[in-house]
Amino acid sequence: MSTVIRLRKGLNIKLAGKAEKILLPEVAVTRFGVRFADFPGLVARLEVQEGDKVMAGSVLFHDKNFPEVKYVSPVSGVVREIIRGDKRVLVEVVLEQQGAERIEFGTADPLSLTREEVAARMLKSGMWPVLRQRPYHIVARPDAVPRDIFISAFDTSPLAPDIDYVMANTHGGHLQSGINALTRLTDGKVHISHEAEGSRVAEMKNLKNVEFHRFTGPHPAGNVGIQIHHIAPVSKGEVVWTVDLQDVVAIGRLFDTGFHDRERVIALAGPGVQNRKYHRIRPGASVSGILKGNLKEGSLRVISGNVLTGNKISPDGCLGFYDNIVTVIPEGDYSEFFGWATPGLKKFSYWRTFVSKLIPRRDYEMDTNLHGGHRAFVVSGHYENVLPMDIYPVHLIKAIMAGDVELMENLGIYEVAEEDFALCEFIDPSKTEIQEIIRSGINLMIKEMN
Amino acid sequence: MNFLLKKMKKIEPLFEKGGRFEKLHSFYDGFATFLFVPDKVTTRGAHIRDHMDMKRTMTVVILALMPALLFGSYNIGLQHTRAFGINDWTLMQMFWFGFLKVLPLILVSYIVGLGIEFVAAQLRGHEINEGYLVTGMLIPLIMPVDVPLWMVAVSVAFAVIIGKEIFGGTGMNILNPALTARAFLFFSYPGWMTGDAVWIEGLVNGGALDGFSGATPLALAKLDGFTQMPSAMEMFIGTIPGSVGETSTLAILIGAFILLLTGVGSWRIMLSMTLGALGMGLLLNATGGSEYTQIPAYYHLIMGGFAFGAVFMATDPVTAAQTNTGKYIYGALTGILVVIIRVFNPAYPEGTMLAILLMNVMAPLIDHYVVNANIRRRLKRVRTA
Repeated sequence: MSTVIRLRKGLNIKLAGKAEKILLPEVAVTRFGVRFADFPGLVARLEVQEGDKVMAGSVLFHDKNFPEVKYVSPVSGVVREIIRGDKRVLVEVVLEQQGAERIEFGTADPLSLTREEVAARMLKSGMWPVLRQRPYHIVARPDAVPRDIFISAFDTSPLAPDIDYVMANTHGGHLQSGINALTRLTDGKVHISHEAEGSRVAEMKNLKNVEFHRFTGPHPAGNVGIQIHHIAPVSKGEVVWTVDLQDVVAIGRLFDTGFHDRERVIALAGPGVQNRKYHRIRPGASVSGILKGNLKEGSLRVISGNVLTGNKISPDGCLGFYDNIVTVIPEGDYSEFFGWATPGLKKFSYWRTFVSKLIPRRDYEMDTNLHGGHRAFVVSGHYENVLPMDIYPVHLIKAIMAGDVELMENLGIYEVAEEDFALCEFIDPSKTEIQEIIRSGINLMIKEMN
Repeated sequence: MNFLLKKMKKIEPLFEKGGRFEKLHSFYDGFATFLFVPDKVTTRGAHIRDHMDMKRTMTVVILALMPALLFGSYNIGLQHTRAFGINDWTLMQMFWFGFLKVLPLILVSYIVGLGIEFVAAQLRGHEINEGYLVTGMLIPLIMPVDVPLWMVAVSVAFAVIIGKEIFGGTGMNILNPALTARAFLFFSYPGWMTGDAVWIEGLVNGGALDGFSGATPLALAKLDGFTQMPSAMEMFIGTIPGSVGETSTLAILIGAFILLLTGVGSWRIMLSMTLGALGMGLLLNATGGSEYTQIPAYYHLIMGGFAFGAVFMATDPVTAAQTNTGKYIYGALTGILVVIIRVFNPAYPEGTMLAILLMNVMAPLIDHYVVNANIRRRLKRVRTA
């Protein structure tokens, strides 16, 4: 067994409202949707119009730059609406479920296929976008062969679902096939990182054709980008891919059953929900089903994803393409009298200026209040404490703000994704929108390198 | 507090664009956000944020400055009684006497400095930066008690405008603004900033006891080394002449404790600067030379402005080195420079201010090399791969 990689830097955010380990069956909803914001950098070309009938697995749109990368419908039904925003930018394809027709892509043992055949099947079936690449943390480009493929088998983000519990309840048997398909796609290895102390389900323990790595440490130790950095970092000119563990199962299911079916188990969590449980659901399904009669009183924010990196959605919005959790927290639209001067018994903080550091609680209520105003960078030496990478966060951020491409490259832009900087953003007393800056830096790199 | 909040909300439109008091928007905003943490919610990025903000950061530093301010006030009274042979003042009387001398300095510093900040924020369309809350308290503490108020006003204006705002305001400045103010006065009006008479209230006008000089320990050390200096204990407690807040190493250490406990101040800089000065002092002890080189190395830590500089000035996160490795180098060099300037500079006995200002200028260079090492590590990976 490999040695344990111990990470000391980071911060576990003790947000109240963890999901109970009780799995509820899929709630039938008719509204589905695919949001374009889930795919940063994507220039989409629609292949459907409003009113078109689709099956589960029918192509909705493709990537303009790589037309072979298709994005497909998760359900059978009708294209109800194509929502556009300012300047007619595509926002969401809204689907209404009808019937249960689905496209069959044929079964095969991935190990008996060539790389091209595996890739072709994944592209055709719309399963490809579950593969994401570093650098840039975007959907993998089909014209490159990744050095390695990385999978994180634990999640340290606030209220994160317990992946062992999730895997134990996944309609199973497909994980090994998924891994086998991935081994075909890379010349290197498929790496799975799990928690050193975590109890893994049998299906995980007995996996073949993978290399296991063990990690301990606070968030963001579960971020795949952090794990890559400590296993085999991405240098200039290299490409690696990352896949969510539940999507490996979906890939396996594609090869074993022939259908595009990304059914997954997610957690419904957060202080804004009454009944916090695990749910079976498909990405793209409206969360209205699981939220119905389940929200607390007051002004709430529904987030697809975790509170650090997720997207705000409406209470009938759809589950994001890559998300494993729906979090609901109260909105923080109140003014607090001398809030900056209170001792902070009930205020969770990274900083030792709050009494909560001396008398810690098990968990804390948190809301969306910014708790301050935007300022220039003043404090130093703290952002590093929550980023377990050999990277100088503030220097990288400033290089991005200055648009200095060469410096960004030198300071490690290829290794990072915005999610790795979410904690820097959380602790920042200057309230800088760091994740947005990182993404703009990545977008600039993509533009410059093409 | 709902009543107050409603009132504030009611008058808010007057200060918005197009309102009657549009030009006072930054003033209103600064006041409103002082009373209430605003109801602003996250719109991008992480949905939850830490409760820590710039106001709380700066408040911690001001809190840490309080022991030095309180002791400094008392010490002004104490030194006054010593100089003029007053024997019947109680401790409270001495404190009150000193406090009334310091208060105008603080008021002038805040009124002038914050006034400029408000104007700058209004011009830029920014929110008020809290940085000056600390600077405005630091400036009175590093002034001689008898400095004329108009000089304080001029130096504050110079420091805030030339030292900070033209670089883009808090967070962008290269030199520590409080030290900039002090250096400005030091070079413009040396008669009010140096010598033996300025450190004690009323001494410049004469009338002190016969034979009372008012010289600081540093000046005495410069004069003939060890012989006439106060005891180490006196210098540690701080019952010696000097700038308002700098004399008591003890009071400053209480402040340091607050800064380190809360994690707001950098222990790396404080530690390395202390070790740097100690090391340089020991080296001088070993090599010999003048009488000054022979005073115990640890005296450098309790004389003059060293402790104050190490805890409150060198650690200013904006003007210090920003990388952790850089902080060690920056701190150590500052400490070494303090002692070198003190011992070898023939004209002036103190070196803390100039050492820190010089290292403020060097800090980006230090960071540059530390960051370059990181870049080289990354490039090496490509070559070996």
